[in-house]
Amino acid sequence: MEETVNVSTQEKKRVSPQLENLKNVWRKLRSNYLAMAGGILIIFFIITSFAGPWIVQNDPLAPNVADRLQGPSAEYWFGTDHHGRDIFARIIHGMSITLYIGFTSVFIGMIFGVFFGVISGYYGKKIDAVIMRVMDVLLAFPGILLALGIVAVLGGSINNVIIAISIFSIPVFARIVRGSTLGVRQLEYIDAVRALGASDTRIIFLHILPNIMSPIIVQATLRIATAVLTAAGLSFLGLGAQPPDPEWGAMLAAGRDYMWEYPHITLFPGLAIVAVVLAFNLFGDGVRDALDPKLKT
Amino acid sequence: MFVYTIRRIIQTIPVMIGVSLVVFLMMHLIPGDPAQIIAGEAAQEEQVEQTRERLGLNEPLPVQYATFVGNAVQGDLGNSIRSGRSVTSLIGDRFWITVELAFYSTLLSIFIGLIAGIISATRRNSFLDMSLMIIALFGLSMPNFWLGLILIQYLALNIGWLPVSGWGTPQQILLPVITLGTAGAAIIARMTRSSMLEVIHQDYIRTARAKGVKERYVVYKHALRNALIPVVTVVGLQFGVLLGGAVLTETVFAINGLGRLVVEAINQRDFPVVQGSVLVLSLLFVLVNFLVDISYRILNKRIELD
Repeated sequence: MEETVNVSTQEKKRVSPQLENLKNVWRKLRSNYLAMAGGILIIFFIITSFAGPWIVQNDPLAPNVADRLQGPSAEYWFGTDHHGRDIFARIIHGMSITLYIGFTSVFIGMIFGVFFGVISGYYGKKIDAVIMRVMDVLLAFPGILLALGIVAVLGGSINNVIIAISIFSIPVFARIVRGSTLGVRQLEYIDAVRALGASDTRIIFLHILPNIMSPIIVQATLRIATAVLTAAGLSFLGLGAQPPDPEWGAMLAAGRDYMWEYPHITLFPGLAIVAVVLAFNLFGDGVRDALDPKLKT
Repeated sequence: MFVYTIRRIIQTIPVMIGVSLVVFLMMHLIPGDPAQIIAGEAAQEEQVEQTRERLGLNEPLPVQYATFVGNAVQGDLGNSIRSGRSVTSLIGDRFWITVELAFYSTLLSIFIGLIAGIISATRRNSFLDMSLMIIALFGLSMPNFWLGLILIQYLALNIGWLPVSGWGTPQQILLPVITLGTAGAAIIARMTRSSMLEVIHQDYIRTARAKGVKERYVVYKHALRNALIPVVTVVGLQFGVLLGGAVLTETVFAINGLGRLVVEAINQRDFPVVQGSVLVLSLLFVLVNFLVDISYRILNKRIELD
């Protein structure tokens, strides 16, 4: 019964199942208020990172000794730091650094992770064993320590932080993608396409990848949250963005010496980090629930 | 079980070799001549040569790696470039502080996470559930070093008896443990909630209820026990995240643990110390994961059938 209905709707509307699926996901996502709030915040942050620097009047880098360490006021919404720089302006300018690190590092990590994961899951055997052992080794470094080690070798800079976080993200993607590939590879339609003479590349790109996108998208969204936290942590330790860059973790590190008397100096950059990470976590949770409730862990 | 344990031990060996290889290569991936770095930037060519000779840096890489592992197994991780002390003794002084910090933080996150998760799951979609889950989401989204700074600013400064740095007394331990344990508590709370909700809808729970088993008994005896199984895995992984997070927490609270040692060593370009500490922390994580896997296995006998 269900099949006939499906076929007839498809014939009438000529809608591909993928598109139908996408609409379904969107419907679920839209009814999830928290996820929508996260999504809207992310869009807002992205717009801010591009437009903010044009709108904010005060220079984020110019010291102004006369106005140093002022509390929040009409002129300086978030107060000023120990060099008299406008903290609000610095946070707005720092938004692009944070998002740049988050998006690029996760994107690079995802590309490599998906590549290794698919190869591993699709070809199996020795190549799988080798790749997965390497991933095990990368995962054996606890938390931020792998990124820390990489930055120690490369030196502290924004681009090195991106490299470090990319490498740090690869095994997570590789593992998930390998598992999903293993599941899909055994399905009959893959055998059918192979019997038709499709090459491995064709099978991987046209028939496996589109079917394992859900966990990849979910992981990528949630991973951006982790990347932002890690990057802020590295900068806080002085191993990421360097002063006078208005990077939030670096701002917290610099503000530490003054936080006793001027709590606003460490309050606002931290809240900015929380806001961005929270938005990605909210949205990621929602996307996960919408794409595949089974993934919920 | 015995066979599994042996097999699991054998699986750990390549990982340990890999970790040691990565740590070993760190020194050689740094731009510049390792001998020059160890001898110091101001060292004369003669001194650099002597260092190279003494540490065997002119040997081929595989030989150097073998020496590195051989020495490490005997507890020799080289000497600090800055202080000249043996890396092993530097680590030994600080190792237990970090382990204690991670251990107490894990305990705290399990305690709070479980309670919050159970309350949330049993009162699903209530105001309390929503509030707890939103708090958990915040806990998950907060950088731990910032939480530490905020706790110092708003708690320690207002409550006189809470010290803002150091490690040892219960008062000193409280804030760092909250700082480091919060994210873990959030993750465990979310995990416990979803895991319990999944279990509660299964047939055997319905059967228990239908038999007239008291609700309290159903929750704690039947549901929780099975819901805990995936939580155990998370706790193991969390311990690793905590070891990494200790780097930041120790920096904020000026605790002389292994994490702070790593950061100081990186800033001073004291690479033998960096290598040694990263190696020790990673091997500790591998060990904890091994133990978690074994206990997971004991808790969940069903896996053995597969």
